[in-house]
Amino acid sequence: MSNSQIASKAPKQARQLHFHILRFDPHLKGDKPRIETFIIEESPGMTLFIALNDIRRNHDASLKFDFVCRAGICGSCAMVINGKPGLACHTLTATLDTDISLAPLPVFELIGDLSVYTGNWMRGLNERLEAWIHQQEEHDFNRLEEPMEPDLADEIYELDRCIECGCCIAGCGTIQMREEFVGAVGLNKIARYQIDPRDKRSDADYYELIGDEDGVFSCMTLLGCEDVCPKNLPLQSRIAYLRRKMLQIGLTSVQDNCLCVSTPT
Amino acid sequence: MRHDRIQKSINAYLCRNVSHIYARLDIIQSISGLILAAFIIIHLLLEASIIISKDAMLMVSKFFEGYYFFGEKYPGIISFLAAAIFFILIIHALIALRKFPSNYRQYHILKQHMKQFHHSDTHLWFYQAVTGFMMFFLASVHLYIMMTQPANIGPYASADRIYTDWLWPLYLLLLISVVIHAGIGLYRLALKWGIFERNVHGNQKYVAKKSKINRQIFKKIMLIGISLYVIIGFTSLVSYLKVGYEHRDKAGERYESIEKEVQL
Repeated sequence: MSNSQIASKAPKQARQLHFHILRFDPHLKGDKPRIETFIIEESPGMTLFIALNDIRRNHDASLKFDFVCRAGICGSCAMVINGKPGLACHTLTATLDTDISLAPLPVFELIGDLSVYTGNWMRGLNERLEAWIHQQEEHDFNRLEEPMEPDLADEIYELDRCIECGCCIAGCGTIQMREEFVGAVGLNKIARYQIDPRDKRSDADYYELIGDEDGVFSCMTLLGCEDVCPKNLPLQSRIAYLRRKMLQIGLTSVQDNCLCVSTPT
Repeated sequence: MRHDRIQKSINAYLCRNVSHIYARLDIIQSISGLILAAFIIIHLLLEASIIISKDAMLMVSKFFEGYYFFGEKYPGIISFLAAAIFFILIIHALIALRKFPSNYRQYHILKQHMKQFHHSDTHLWFYQAVTGFMMFFLASVHLYIMMTQPANIGPYASADRIYTDWLWPLYLLLLISVVIHAGIGLYRLALKWGIFERNVHGNQKYVAKKSKINRQIFKKIMLIGISLYVIIGFTSLVSYLKVGYEHRDKAGERYESIEKEVQL
């Protein structure tokens, strides 16, 4: 074996990663937004989550970022990575350049540095869209549930995989401009309940929730949501599906949906 | 009186407090865009007849003046068509305006978002907004001329307008903006309404995969379509310029009159 071959077999020198992190804590008096750079050595299989812990342990203990599950399930560690929203625990540093910029997700309330309060926003959204099963009669817990076709159960489950990480919101140009827009996360929820036979709401009921310019008709099909969703949810096709469904309601006459009694003249 | 008021408030509660206008605006925007895009696809091909020959172009212009149906030319047909397209364009522009950034703050946020995100489809939308804005002016000038001078369409008349009357810079800008706008618009239309996606419930993983493949195909078709139409449009514009340049000393003369003289 020649020397050059031996050299190529030897472990490559670890890369020095330069993390440019947007630091700002709105709760600290006098704190101003700034970019701070940390240099750490890359290790095999390193994710951004590991790298951030390294920075917090060895460089700056005050760095704020969220994580819980480390496995792309909880959705806490979403942040803007080199301009693109993604999960820190899912992103291998090996897939990035040596210069990595990190910023908190926009739209959501900033807790500090990379940590944002998505929970508050998502709760508001769920309340606004009434994202729960609506039954007409009270649920009888002693009765067996109606059986469901496995395909349909799969379909509901697939849409239910949303982890409310907020990446689709950060990747949506529409919601940056118009904050009232429900975003892909909201529309996906409606798509999920719309196909669920246990939810007794009609399409006209859903039209009330998303049939306006804060709902499905606000979507400009920029497809940022589809391209950044860490769970690969079929957001484009579900929004298109809802748009078709809501159009059907929109094209019926208003009277058809009206329960009112004609006023005696 | 009091009963009336109670009845009214009960009705307000019972009546769904929703407006169907939002759905209707969305579909009107899509359909008017589709009609305009279809019109442009045909229009650019027809006017490219000048690339073949002056006679081919004359035939096309006579066809639209109704010569082959009535044995006589009625330029009013062109006026009517131009007015109809103008009307659809105004409706489309009016409704599509809703989507424009409505103040500088929104514009600035969108630009910042685009700068950081580097997302091609967000950029595509922006190009569409810019070209749409350009066409408020460019398309209006063109359509107004077509409405008011419908008889001046022909191998020499059009070429003189383009060369001698200096309309080529306007047509060049209009060509680029209309092709880009229509191409991206059709692509977005397909994804917005999910054409080729079935309404039936199915395995969502499969649906997602299929819609991603569809999107790649649509994008390719869009890019090929835009390139093709820019080339076709540009070539015909150069052809008109050439004809106009050669005919510059006799600008105003009609091609048909020469034809008749030859026949005589």
